[in-house]
Amino acid sequence: MNFKHKYVFLFPGLFVLIGILIFPIIFTIRLSLSGWNSYTPEMNFIGITNYIRLFTDDPRFWESFFRLSFLSVSTVILQYIIGFALALMVWREIKFKRFFRVIFLIPMMTTPVIMTVIWRTFFHESLGPVNDLLGNIGIGPILWLSDPVIAKFTVIIVEVWQWTPFMFLLLLAGLLSLPKEPFLAAAIDGASSFRKFVYVTFPLMAPISIGAIIIRLIEASKIMDTVFVLTSGGPGTATETSSFYIYIKGLREFQMGYAATLSFTYLVIMIISLTIIAKVLTKLMIKE
Amino acid sequence: MEKLYKFLKYTFIILWTVFIVAPFLWAVSTSFKDFQSVNSKVTYIPWLDFEPTLEGWRVLVKSPARGGVDIVEPYFNSIFVTCTASLISIILGTLAAYALSRFTFKAGFVRNNDITFFFISQRIMPPIVLSIPFFIFLSTIGLLDSLLGLVVVYIVLLMPIAVWIMVDFFNRVPKELDETALIDGCNPYQAFYKVVLPNSIPGLIVAGMFCIIFGWIDFFFAFILTFTEVQLLPVKVVALNSSITPWWSLSASALISVAPLIIVAFVVERYLSKGNLSGALK
Repeated sequence: MNFKHKYVFLFPGLFVLIGILIFPIIFTIRLSLSGWNSYTPEMNFIGITNYIRLFTDDPRFWESFFRLSFLSVSTVILQYIIGFALALMVWREIKFKRFFRVIFLIPMMTTPVIMTVIWRTFFHESLGPVNDLLGNIGIGPILWLSDPVIAKFTVIIVEVWQWTPFMFLLLLAGLLSLPKEPFLAAAIDGASSFRKFVYVTFPLMAPISIGAIIIRLIEASKIMDTVFVLTSGGPGTATETSSFYIYIKGLREFQMGYAATLSFTYLVIMIISLTIIAKVLTKLMIKE
Repeated sequence: MEKLYKFLKYTFIILWTVFIVAPFLWAVSTSFKDFQSVNSKVTYIPWLDFEPTLEGWRVLVKSPARGGVDIVEPYFNSIFVTCTASLISIILGTLAAYALSRFTFKAGFVRNNDITFFFISQRIMPPIVLSIPFFIFLSTIGLLDSLLGLVVVYIVLLMPIAVWIMVDFFNRVPKELDETALIDGCNPYQAFYKVVLPNSIPGLIVAGMFCIIFGWIDFFFAFILTFTEVQLLPVKVVALNSSITPWWSLSASALISVAPLIIVAFVVERYLSKGNLSGALK
């Protein structure tokens, strides 16, 4: 089956996407070589000055990048463990199976920023219910949003709440599509639930797990909404992620040129590191 | 041993359910409070802890001139942008996915998988990277602060999702189906339209739901690319947050904003239980 028609199917989508994206990408690269800011809002050419500044004189960007790596990797690991556990629990028959499945899915359907607004009142240090309830049993008050270390964990809690459902959905869909035969064979051999999981379920789920983890890592690397509303990067820069830092440089301080440099570098790092992670995960989880 | 395992399992499920439901319960309770019951001490149960009032909900439909929030217009804006962008993404994405699943493409070193990867990899793009050039681009062509501008941007967000789901789905639809149609004298378009498409409804529904979810929950682009003319729901609700904090109307507007998509959770579950999703999401 080989027609010219095939292009009629492919090209509209492909060209719309390229058409919308090509300008921003070329523009970002060009902008990154300029000194566009609020004093000189023009596309002059200053060579790689911005890149030199980034690599020699901007620890704040690299700190924000490591913070982002920490936040996204730790949330995704937590989401994977909890999501997998939940999926296993409602995979086979249990009471109220469908009810729990719906409940476990709900957070991913809700708008992150809007739920974060609620979480902010939830974790409010004097008027929120968490500190109030903890206070009743003699703990606290915990500085959920104003302590630099705890604020990171608050962000992680909210991200785990928001996105574990997505992991759960991908893994449960995977579990439900597994062939029955290996499980029957294991049952005939009299394998315990634990051994069944280690030798049958987990290896069969490896490709799906890798897919789910990578999809989540991609999405988690864009953490921004939660931070924006919950802590605005604070206290200080304690929860500032790369995106948020670029946002401050570009759209608050209007150093467009430098922000474009940051954006482009960030994008390149993102693509390289996600490719490496995908390769490593595949090696680790799929044993021939 | 089995008993202990069962006990732990149910404990975990119940704890997780409480964790998921807690912010909703808190928001429902808060939405009926007034200044006194938010600011004096932490209150939980209406009538018992505080006297409930409907003020938080009434404010939502009042016009801004009379001290209201007017959430109705942003609501329709959000629905319009999400649905339009989803529809365009699904149409273009499905066509492209069908091509990538059925035909072979070769251009230099580029093969089908590379093209598919190109589509999907657009999700890697951090919104901030796109938002600065889009900001300048849209202001040049006069589409800043307009619904159309947002639709254009959202297509970039949503088409990768449509392609991702539909390529996998079409790979599972037997090739014999369209081959038979071609032998029966259909041209490729008829084969696609009359035979393949009707057999792809579950995949289309899943793709549609995902596009709607990811369109509806986006905040960042709407925040950067619109100001006063056009406002989307998330931006409106977050704007409430930044002024002095009327927690009651904030909670009410938050609840009403997330309500419609919760229905999607039920639809997803139904497809999951019928086994239709397993193929579409792998």
